[in-house]
Amino acid sequence: MELRKVIAEIGITTLVGADLAREVRGGYCSDLLSDVLAHAQAGDLWITHQRHLNVIAVAKLRDVAGVVFPRGLRPSADVAARAQAEGVNLLIAEGTAFEVAGKLYRFLHP
Amino acid sequence: MPSPTRVIHKRIYEVAPRDLERAGTVSTAVRRELLALGMTPDIVRRASIICFEGEMNMVLYSEGGRIILLVRDDRVELLFSDRGPGIADIDLASQPGYSTAPDWARELGFGAGFGINNMEQNSDLFKIRSRVGEGTVVRATILLGIPFF
Repeated sequence: MELRKVIAEIGITTLVGADLAREVRGGYCSDLLSDVLAHAQAGDLWITHQRHLNVIAVAKLRDVAGVVFPRGLRPSADVAARAQAEGVNLLIAEGTAFEVAGKLYRFLHP
Repeated sequence: MPSPTRVIHKRIYEVAPRDLERAGTVSTAVRRELLALGMTPDIVRRASIICFEGEMNMVLYSEGGRIILLVRDDRVELLFSDRGPGIADIDLASQPGYSTAPDWARELGFGAGFGINNMEQNSDLFKIRSRVGEGTVVRATILLGIPFF
């Protein structure tokens, strides 16, 4: 499913839209970077509360479709700038991680 | 002794201790180098994960060191060498979930205790040598053109 369709359907907003045509195959929820590196899959939307620069590195290395910050959390401007430079999509959801994951799951697995 | 294979590419990166802002720059650079060399996405991903975990361990625990990327005809090697406290019990440190990370690092999502395990899981050959009070050397090798499960 194309990321821009996922964004419209599950009601999240785009902070950095580096590649909204990216295909989303699933999702992964974790705040542990090593856990994400070990278990997330390329094309997952990564839902996390972590908002520092290393999140961009992990997202890039693991080739996730984007990073979703729940509860309206916003990363700082330098993190957003790095994401733009590295071509990593950043998204913000008003709901909790549980709610975002639930909506994403329901949309991808109707 | 098998004859050594030709070195195609060699890069040396310095890693500064406790510089979390810059942490991740070596693995990002290594990823870029391997993509430019035309490595498959699978090889690039495995090498990038190995490099990120090794780089984070050096940033969090060592007094600094270097990472060497060595690409040969038949393999990609990553060598991590640091000055620092060393690892007293390598088997224990390699166990998933074992960590000596301070709280501030854990709150940022580091130090969950899966770093060495992730490095090993993505390598075909993996070796840690360490001397307490001096430092640690890790060699992670990815063999090209063989199945990886």
